[in-house]
Amino acid sequence: MSAARNRNDAVKKITYSEIKIKSTRFYTLAAILAVFILSALACAFYMEHYGHYVTGMSNQIVWGTPHVFAIFLIVAASGALNVASIGTVFGKPLYKPLGRLSGLLAVALLVGGLVILVLDLGRPDRLIVAMTHYNFKSIFAWNIFLYVGFMVIVAVYLWLQMERRMNRHAKAAGLVAFIWRLVLTTGTGSIFGFLIAREAYDSAIMAPLFVAMSFSFGLAIYILILLAACRGSEREVGDVVMRKLSRLLGVFIAAVLYFTAVQHLANLYAAEHGGVERFILMDGGIYTLLFWLGQVVVGGLIPMILVFRPATAGSNRNAILASVLVIIGGFAQVYVIVIAGQAYPLDLFPGMEVSSSFYDGAIASYAPSLPEIGLGLGGVALAGMIVLVGLKVLRFLPVSLANAAIDPHQKEVTGRP
Amino acid sequence: MSMSSDTKDRKTNATPGFDPARRSFLSAVAAAAGVALAPGVMLYGISKSSSVSAKALDAEASGSVRWGMLIDLGRCDSGCDDCVSACARENGLRGFGRPETDAQWIRKVEIKNPQTGNSKSLPVMCQHCEDPPCVDVCPTGASFKRADGIVLVNKHTCIGCRYCMMACPYKARSFVHEVLDDQKPHAPRGKGTVESCTLCVHRIDADRQPACVEACSDTGGGAMLFGDLNDPDSEISKRVAMYASQQLRADLGLNPGIRYRNL
Repeated sequence: MSAARNRNDAVKKITYSEIKIKSTRFYTLAAILAVFILSALACAFYMEHYGHYVTGMSNQIVWGTPHVFAIFLIVAASGALNVASIGTVFGKPLYKPLGRLSGLLAVALLVGGLVILVLDLGRPDRLIVAMTHYNFKSIFAWNIFLYVGFMVIVAVYLWLQMERRMNRHAKAAGLVAFIWRLVLTTGTGSIFGFLIAREAYDSAIMAPLFVAMSFSFGLAIYILILLAACRGSEREVGDVVMRKLSRLLGVFIAAVLYFTAVQHLANLYAAEHGGVERFILMDGGIYTLLFWLGQVVVGGLIPMILVFRPATAGSNRNAILASVLVIIGGFAQVYVIVIAGQAYPLDLFPGMEVSSSFYDGAIASYAPSLPEIGLGLGGVALAGMIVLVGLKVLRFLPVSLANAAIDPHQKEVTGRP
Repeated sequence: MSMSSDTKDRKTNATPGFDPARRSFLSAVAAAAGVALAPGVMLYGISKSSSVSAKALDAEASGSVRWGMLIDLGRCDSGCDDCVSACARENGLRGFGRPETDAQWIRKVEIKNPQTGNSKSLPVMCQHCEDPPCVDVCPTGASFKRADGIVLVNKHTCIGCRYCMMACPYKARSFVHEVLDDQKPHAPRGKGTVESCTLCVHRIDADRQPACVEACSDTGGGAMLFGDLNDPDSEISKRVAMYASQQLRADLGLNPGIRYRNL
């Protein structure tokens, strides 16, 4: 106990506090988020009352914009926890002060994503059925456990970080949380990876691709929330922290591009997948545009240049810009995975030209509808509300992240001081 | 029944001491109850023995049976959709003029070989796989396979997540996108749940053929043959043994119960 305290003291004593923002500003922000949340509830009620025909979803595109939002948030949730993991599990002192916000953000994003998924169900009133009837061969059923477990584990992990007397157990909890989050994202990716009949999905690479995506999206959101919270509460963030986080973001962006490249190259090699690859990479219209311009250029190459080029690296402005671009590119990527993967028709009769009144052999059309977008934005707003209230009432944020306040030498914790 | 247990309770709770008048009164009440209940019991017995259903409602499906279908494309005409309209009539399916969201349990698919120009027409519905992906992925177990090979959706536990629709290689399932009314009692359907061909399970349990098969033989080309693939003496078993037949996407190894001839 005392050895652990000595160790902490040797690194740097970190002081956390609730954010102090003007109550008018707090309530304005909370009211804006509340409007989005209430709109989402109205959208969900509208969809459930009339049936899903009022959305852009159909028997061809069975998962639509709500799923894009939900998957993005759930994937980002597990990634947002990485900052905490780097601090406690991998013992990097620089990341220690960032850990609490990381845990809060992870839970908030997951709750936001799950609420969207539940409200989009055909029968959300049967949530209790989903909680009491399990088919353990279904990766979906597994994910219900993984998501609920994630929230419990991260809550405990946060408590161990925040309760000084329990700090010594934080590393063990952090390790459990880190392993759990890898399994969780593997499960989310496998929702697609296990779909044997869909050419755009059926691949084991979906799991590591989703893990890489989670690292990137989660860190981008983390950077934005960290800077916004610090600016809102007039706390300094030094360039040492931002330089580290930006460079890490660059590595994660590269990882996403790498897995994306492997995914498409492997598919291109198999002649049978030539059709779906041509659709996404060449003649898919909006999907092709979203892939190349959205994911690769805006969400990949430009932010990588921003964070790695010595002239631009490390400044808050560039970190914000890079993070925003990663989020835009990430949405584009998830949209292409979810929607384009369904828009390309199932191949019931390989090598044949096919047509029917049920859109066999045809590229399915889809346009996001207002209720879907409203529901998705509501999930984002709910995550925002959880973070806002969390920061206001509990000590998640360090008083300062200025260069002088954090460990300037950035040495790894090796055990004894 | 409840009367007699009530009687017993009263006896055990009674204060010690014998009262012949009370006992005889209770006996008379019990006898009267018996006389009143007996005709009901009799009627219940009669109704049970004279049931029109070949299979009692609570009887389990037999695992020794594997229901299947053989569809001969040589007899399936491109312009004919009698099977589709029979299915809609039988199961109370009707469109709302929105083809992208309207449910289709069975559809006619036109296929053409671009190399040779040869074209065919065939009905496609739930293929009632031996290893159905929809059943594997369903989180609540609402998608299930009966012992006799029929793949169904439990309308009470389907939460409408549509993962089964993502998993089905045959695009066999529809999501109910609308408020429905006037459903058929034997084909329960409801907004917000997923549905597909039931192989007319209500007819099969009453020893009848699926509606599409019946319509095809009555007014169509007689292309559809329904029967037990496990029974070597059934017509369908003899035909699949005699002629080459194919399953759709046989490469996936799902062993569908629907087979096609002359594909």
